[in-house]
Amino acid sequence: MRNLLNLIYKYHYFLLFIALQVVCFLLIINNRSVQSTAILNSTNSVSSNLYNVVSNSKEYLSLKEENDKLAKENSTLRNLLKSSYDILDQRAPDFVKNDSLYRKEYIFRSGKVINSTSNLNKNFLTLNVGSNQGVKKDFAIINSEGIVGVVKDVSANFCTALSILHTEQKIICKVKKDGSYGPLSWDGKDYRYSYLTDIPTHVRLVNGDTIVTSALSDYFPENMMVGIIEKFERKQGDAFYTLKVKLSTDFKKLNHVHVVEKTHKLEQDSLENLIKNPVKPK
Amino acid sequence: MIAEIGKNIIRFVLLILLQTLIIKNIPFGSYFVPMPYVLFLLMLPFETMPLLVLILAFVTGLTVDVFYDTQGIHASSCVVLGFVRFYFLRLLAPREGYEANLKPTVQYMGNAWFVYYALPMLLIHHLFFFYLEEFGFNDFLFTLLKTLGSTLASFVFVYIIQFLFYRKDGVLA
Repeated sequence: MRNLLNLIYKYHYFLLFIALQVVCFLLIINNRSVQSTAILNSTNSVSSNLYNVVSNSKEYLSLKEENDKLAKENSTLRNLLKSSYDILDQRAPDFVKNDSLYRKEYIFRSGKVINSTSNLNKNFLTLNVGSNQGVKKDFAIINSEGIVGVVKDVSANFCTALSILHTEQKIICKVKKDGSYGPLSWDGKDYRYSYLTDIPTHVRLVNGDTIVTSALSDYFPENMMVGIIEKFERKQGDAFYTLKVKLSTDFKKLNHVHVVEKTHKLEQDSLENLIKNPVKPK
Repeated sequence: MIAEIGKNIIRFVLLILLQTLIIKNIPFGSYFVPMPYVLFLLMLPFETMPLLVLILAFVTGLTVDVFYDTQGIHASSCVVLGFVRFYFLRLLAPREGYEANLKPTVQYMGNAWFVYYALPMLLIHHLFFFYLEEFGFNDFLFTLLKTLGSTLASFVFVYIIQFLFYRKDGVLA
């Protein structure tokens, strides 16, 4: 026993180092998987309020650009309104009454990015909306330019999200013109480009083709803009194309975003879980 | 003594704010990710107990982790830096030991000493940080280049900060 104490006393510096490293590694491993919830994240009151103050004061610098973006988005939305369409056949059934045939699939909430990175391997965002505003885990985040990320941890008034610039984040996207799809993943290097893999080689691609989200994506509504093809190639020994996609979202200028709730996600997930983990008959 | 502790606390707060509110938002490109907050650990007085340095390194790392959402990665690399600091100080010590009124800064110890002291430690910290973040050696060369670029960038920041804000007889020194 005395020898043990002596040993601990002699190597206490090294032992404390090892102990602290073990704690660090436990924390890192706890946060390794995309699904896990981080113990320490920037939704806590100190850092999120600090970020909020900075973001509020920084907002003035980009007011002009933000106004342009909002105006553009408004005009796009106005173009979609029924009042901007003309009914060709006056005797056609009044389609306004058919609204009850549709059920609401997505709910949009507006929020603001108060903190983001784009030069790390795994980039995160902090938004100023949280559970008090109805935001929950796995909601999608988009802005007027394209897709931004997926909500991870939520506190009362803030949430953190995985940016799509996160090396373990995979979003199912498709080539708009023919619908062939594959996972979009980031390689951790340039924030302007991401890679779409598993596109079959019979698809006739042209540089500049549009990439949009697929309905198979767990989070995003279908046909949200993702980017355009910068170049595509078939790697040696690979049966599929790999596409370099120029992302339409400018991750250096994130400000106002929409948080998108998929209203039937729970129902869909629980149904799919039945297939993945079938209930065994007794 | 009390004044020394106060100065270190102020330095801690200022460097963390500089790192998380300013430097984090400046786009330097993917090869340069400067982390000058490490200067807090480099500038701890010579006579600080090694055990205390380790604990302070852990706390500093965790604080930055909270802001970066990188749970544990900054903490781990800071603890490594705190660990090797003891050996670096011993290695670089003059024959008769450090004098009582000296501080580990450019102004007191000179350029050559500071380069030998800070550059290798920044390199170790950054190596640890970027490979932990990558968690593997998939993109070995890119990560290595990123480490070297970031080390240089951090060193430039650390050096400039020392010259801008510290004088030998200044308030914060």
